[in-house]
Amino acid sequence: METSNLPTRIARSLMRGRESAILLALLLIMAGITIFAPNFMSGENLYLISRQISFVAIVAIGELFVILTGGIDLSVGSVMGLAGVAAAGAMKFGFDPILATLFGLLVGLAIGAINGALIAYVRIAPFIVTLAMLSFARGLILILTEGWPITQIPKSFLPIGQNDFLSLPIPLWIMIIAAVVAWFFLTKTAFGRRTYAIGGNEQATFLSGINVNGIKFRLYMISSLCAALVGVILVARFNSAQADTGTGWELDAIAAAVIGGTSLMGGVGSVLGVLIGAAIMGVIRNGLVLMMVSPYYQTAIIGVIIVLAAVLDRVKSSRQA
Amino acid sequence: MAELKPVGNASAREELPTLLEMRGISKNFPGVQALRAVDFAVKRGEVVGLLGENGAGKSTLMKILTGVYRPDGGELLWDGRPLHFETIREAQEHGISIIFQELNNCPNLSALENLFLGREVKTRTGLLDFGAMRERARVIFERLDINLDLKIPVGRLSTAIQQMIEIAKALLSEVRLLIMDEPTSSLSTRETEKLFQVMAELKDKGIAVIFISHKLEEVFRVTDRIVVLRDGENAGTLDPKLATTDQLIALMVGREMKDFFSARKLKASREVVFSVEGLSGPPFIHDVSFDLRRGEILGFAGLIGAGRTETARLLIGAARKTAGRVLLDGREVTLTSPKAAVAKGIAYLPEDRKVQALILGMTMRENVTLAVHRLLRKLLLILDRKKETAIAEDSIRSLDIRVSSAEQVVRNLSGGNQQKVVIAKWLAAKPRILILDEPTRGIDVHAKSEVHRIVAELADSGVSIILVSSELPEILALADRVLVMHEGGVKAILPRAGLTQAAIMSAVFGPSQQEAQ
Repeated sequence: METSNLPTRIARSLMRGRESAILLALLLIMAGITIFAPNFMSGENLYLISRQISFVAIVAIGELFVILTGGIDLSVGSVMGLAGVAAAGAMKFGFDPILATLFGLLVGLAIGAINGALIAYVRIAPFIVTLAMLSFARGLILILTEGWPITQIPKSFLPIGQNDFLSLPIPLWIMIIAAVVAWFFLTKTAFGRRTYAIGGNEQATFLSGINVNGIKFRLYMISSLCAALVGVILVARFNSAQADTGTGWELDAIAAAVIGGTSLMGGVGSVLGVLIGAAIMGVIRNGLVLMMVSPYYQTAIIGVIIVLAAVLDRVKSSRQA
Repeated sequence: MAELKPVGNASAREELPTLLEMRGISKNFPGVQALRAVDFAVKRGEVVGLLGENGAGKSTLMKILTGVYRPDGGELLWDGRPLHFETIREAQEHGISIIFQELNNCPNLSALENLFLGREVKTRTGLLDFGAMRERARVIFERLDINLDLKIPVGRLSTAIQQMIEIAKALLSEVRLLIMDEPTSSLSTRETEKLFQVMAELKDKGIAVIFISHKLEEVFRVTDRIVVLRDGENAGTLDPKLATTDQLIALMVGREMKDFFSARKLKASREVVFSVEGLSGPPFIHDVSFDLRRGEILGFAGLIGAGRTETARLLIGAARKTAGRVLLDGREVTLTSPKAAVAKGIAYLPEDRKVQALILGMTMRENVTLAVHRLLRKLLLILDRKKETAIAEDSIRSLDIRVSSAEQVVRNLSGGNQQKVVIAKWLAAKPRILILDEPTRGIDVHAKSEVHRIVAELADSGVSIILVSSELPEILALADRVLVMHEGGVKAILPRAGLTQAAIMSAVFGPSQQEAQ
């Protein structure tokens, strides 16, 4: 073990882990699409997919933290939109892009804190709290913008959504950083271990002397922060803040997590799985476009993929039992 | 209360016809031969005790009987006719009912709805006939001598009452063979008596019972015959009227066990480290006071629902007290959460290890270190994996935990080893005060005696222990003093010397004598 180099170790842990099956599925899907649409593997197309995937993946990583405890965050789409509007609005009022970005993230954190407080301390079900927040935050966007896009974004802000670094899109780099940070916290720290423990058995975790409420509170802030981050980057990507940005993204984020092997009961899931889940969805959407399948089919096919992923997971876990 | 009368009349059983016969039953699981040519028979109106250590094959045999598993070899005769049940439902239709150790009910549905779940009585129009169901339920509960509001969701009833509802459910169908898997593990002595009365009635009606229990004195008392399994094979059959506990244990474990339940030596009293004064709190705990000395084991005895677990929850801050003081080394401490209690060196081992103590999907290492993350930090954030493994492997050795490695997932461990993992978790936290709530519930005799040894050693090393147990022999073997609780208050605190089960039970029902320290 000690002698083998890093790539072999990563490869080995991939083979052993729950992720191996879905990684294989991703590769098969990519191979299948390439047969029917050879331009799928072109550098330009892969570049476009990777940028598209990175947005969903960052939101899904935040969602993963919450789902690991058996919770759910339905408000991420609205938080994206609200954070984007907050950042764009701040810039419109003449704030520096960096301050505006921080303001957008702060709005996200504040919403996460409200979600977390209601869930952890007032003990309202996560589904209800975040469903209410989905509606409330979207309503706030409409009140603030009256449905109009916020434009005239300063040029100096646009690179985080549009430019490249080392010939890869900057959003992809942000996703990689977010994934590494999330992976580190979930697997190497007490905070991560406790997050999994809460999902595995909340009562036992509480009776072991762990501050369950404090952890849950922070997890909803993490989820909202990730969503807000994507919301802000999307402003740069589209050079405007739209009132409907993020609508329906909570479903994509949850789907990515589930396809990636995350259990909605809590306690099971990984960052790598979520990335692969997001990639599978992105690749299929892109592949269907390249193969000239009507866009109406896309949503239905994603639904089929979610069920297939759940069945695959069921088969694997019943074989272990 | 203490003397054990035999239940029912077993004299005429030799002539009774055989109801069930299982011959040469074998069952393989990948890597394990769970059963090897096991014979097992039950006559009409006979109460058969089925015993063996955890993993001996009792549940596998019962699952084959009820159609959950298919045997790899052997045959099953029901009423003399060869038969194999394909599903539990089919077994039920032939009159076999099983009452599981863990309750299988819908906590949000009422007693009535649970009772008739899956066999609802309907009117001609297809609607539920509540009148008819209520009437049939009333008859059954009258027979069980239980006064019960049928409209209350069963989740709000006591475990004992819920257990009785399970039995009522079995009586509702035309039961001919009733399998009871650890039916008394969550019942108080009085409720157990009730259950035994019902068993005697069933027996008189010719209904056969298979009684599975780790409580040996109960087995001796209620059964007509004891069948012992060991490592998936027949180990022998005993006549409860002639055999001794030692013989039974020797059959179960395959060796003599002299030290089983041997009483721990009393310790000279030392300084008081932990005092509780006038503790009150939800749901009904009032004015609980006691002292705990260094290295002392204080037994908490009482009926189920006497408030012992609730008192423990107040002590560790899992529930908020409404009055009273808790003093550690003479200084008042405020315990608002288990986190605060653990930080002060007070640990609580809960009564239900699967629900309240273990993260079943996590490894043994992760479970053992769950309460000591603060000791394992390196570089501010990172959990030190090497230290974790060291702690886990240390406890594997010192507690003799049977695992393939520290990385084994605890879901796959036997009950006794799971309980040792929970104990290891708290030993790693090095508590000064350790509250053990039913530490040996549902684990086999061998594991039980090991847990007893560990508890005694802990006390000898200076840890002060509160031992909540519904098994009086356990309390009598381990405790230095016994605190008797009843209906949320302290009835008496009795010294162990010369104490008997009868004395504890009369303290439960007698007048308060709390000054008797």
